[in-house]
Amino acid sequence: MPFTDPMADGPTIQASSRRSIKSGHTMNKTFDLVANFRIDNKETPIVLMGYYNPIYNFGTEAFLDKAKLLGVDGLIIVDLPPEEDAELCDLAIMRNISFIRLATPTTDDQRLKKVLQKTSGFLYYVSIAGITGSKKPDLSIVKDAVLRIKAKTNIPIGVGFGIKSKNDIAKVSDFADAVIVGSVLVDLIATKNSKSDIKEQIIQKVEDFASVM
Amino acid sequence: MTSNINSYKSGPDQDGRFGIFGGRFVAETLMPLILDLEKAYDKAKNDSSFNDELLYLNKYYTGRPSPLYYAERLTGHLNGAKIYFKRDELNHTGSHKINNCLGQILLAKRMRKTRIIAETGAGQHGVAVATVAARFGIPCVIYMGAKDVERQKPNVFRMKLLGAKVIPVNSGNSTLKDAMNEALRDWVANVEDTFYIIGTVAGPHPYPEMVRNFQSVIGNETKEQILNQEGRLPDHLIACIGGGSNAMGLFYPFLDDINVKITGVEAGGLGLEGDKHCASLTAGRPGVLHGNRTYLLQDDDGQIKEGHSISAGLDYPGIGPEHSWLKDSGRVEYVSITDSEAINAFQLCTKIEGIIPALEPAHAIAHIMKISSKLSKEKIIIMNLCGRGDKDIFTVAEHLNMEI
Repeated sequence: MPFTDPMADGPTIQASSRRSIKSGHTMNKTFDLVANFRIDNKETPIVLMGYYNPIYNFGTEAFLDKAKLLGVDGLIIVDLPPEEDAELCDLAIMRNISFIRLATPTTDDQRLKKVLQKTSGFLYYVSIAGITGSKKPDLSIVKDAVLRIKAKTNIPIGVGFGIKSKNDIAKVSDFADAVIVGSVLVDLIATKNSKSDIKEQIIQKVEDFASVM
Repeated sequence: MTSNINSYKSGPDQDGRFGIFGGRFVAETLMPLILDLEKAYDKAKNDSSFNDELLYLNKYYTGRPSPLYYAERLTGHLNGAKIYFKRDELNHTGSHKINNCLGQILLAKRMRKTRIIAETGAGQHGVAVATVAARFGIPCVIYMGAKDVERQKPNVFRMKLLGAKVIPVNSGNSTLKDAMNEALRDWVANVEDTFYIIGTVAGPHPYPEMVRNFQSVIGNETKEQILNQEGRLPDHLIACIGGGSNAMGLFYPFLDDINVKITGVEAGGLGLEGDKHCASLTAGRPGVLHGNRTYLLQDDDGQIKEGHSISAGLDYPGIGPEHSWLKDSGRVEYVSITDSEAINAFQLCTKIEGIIPALEPAHAIAHIMKISSKLSKEKIIIMNLCGRGDKDIFTVAEHLNMEI
């Protein structure tokens, strides 16, 4: 779900948001994508990711009802920390939509309790203090952090931010339950002109990445 | 006072809310930082050594108190209410921004932060940050929209002279909103050592409260001065509003003086009919941006729109959350003034008072020009003259087709 002001994202995702909004993308078009995908795929979980304002603007209840109806399974909303759970998280849980929380290098043990409390689906561990697609994480530090969190929860942990290569993916998948790759794929889309080319190349790339997990 | 339910001064609550506005809408990485900041600020504001140091700097470094000046010629010209200017443009660095920067850098020092970042639009806040950073010997980085870097060259040069690193921001529309995004991104990436000095009464809690309190020195002085000079409170307070820090600073101490009428003046740009304005309160609706819920300029899909104003300092699509609450509660009235009206006021004030105002408070003067003659001569209006206009001479010259 694109937003004009993606404050936790690096240049790649900023540019993709701008392209998307400029070409007329809207919240309803995101819902159309979900509906189309669900026509012949009922199993693959769908997670919508973005910032809160477009949801707030749509109407939080209306947004959640429509998301549920069309088959959305989870939400990752970057600017809704546990302190703002009454806004959306509590209402999502009531509808059995997972609210996937982010934990970061600044999340200490005490705060982790709060972060884990209402997270569901999986926990998104942010590998660096920084924005998407920027600095490279030190994977040994990330491993320690993920193991520390694993001692406190049974929920699956996905690791993202700055994961760019097959090598990174192989290493991260050793200790995490999922690897989250965004900017590398979005960059690939940015360089292509024809739609069919993009689709094929993305599938290839994802298969290639997944082969080392 | 804080426990008085009928008070307009009781916000924010413990969640940083002013009614439905405000809050802490930030990425998880920043949450521990703003909670730390809140704790440090709560401790500092009740610490007499912190307050004494700020008082000392306000007096000897900034030159406070700023005078409350009776604008006799403007009053005579408009032939109506008695007009006073709170002369915050006489502060060191030429605007009210220094009041907040001194408070925040003292806090940064207490928190042992070794690097300062800030966003700036017109450059007034950037200059004030660069100034206090130089004064306290802390390195600083200022984010400024590439468009603003171009149209506010003198302030960019001042910041560089003061030792700041100015980073032009090319993302989005390359103005204040994008500079704020970029400063937040920097903060997320430099969590250990960096203090973010936000320049207005916006952002996640505790910024709106903290900046308001540092700026309240304006209203507190004004109250004492008008009682000394006129023996009574004013009938009307007027201030311009971008993010709203100079206005909050003047208004806050008067909020419970219910007979004092209060008006905030937004940038009407080319008029409210189209998109070329920055009147978030009069033409926007509530949304969430930069850590808080507040009135925003946005399209039907919740995407943030770019504002327009002849004054770079008012060119922001949002507004401090406390203003949003004061609007909805009806305590403060919000109006707008167009670019052309502001330019006329700029010229009038310069010619008959010998004071070149910044284009931001020129909006407030323009509103006085509209209402003053309808008021009786016994009435008293106080306006915050929050910045001087030296920085704006190029913009004004261009608008008037004059050569410098």
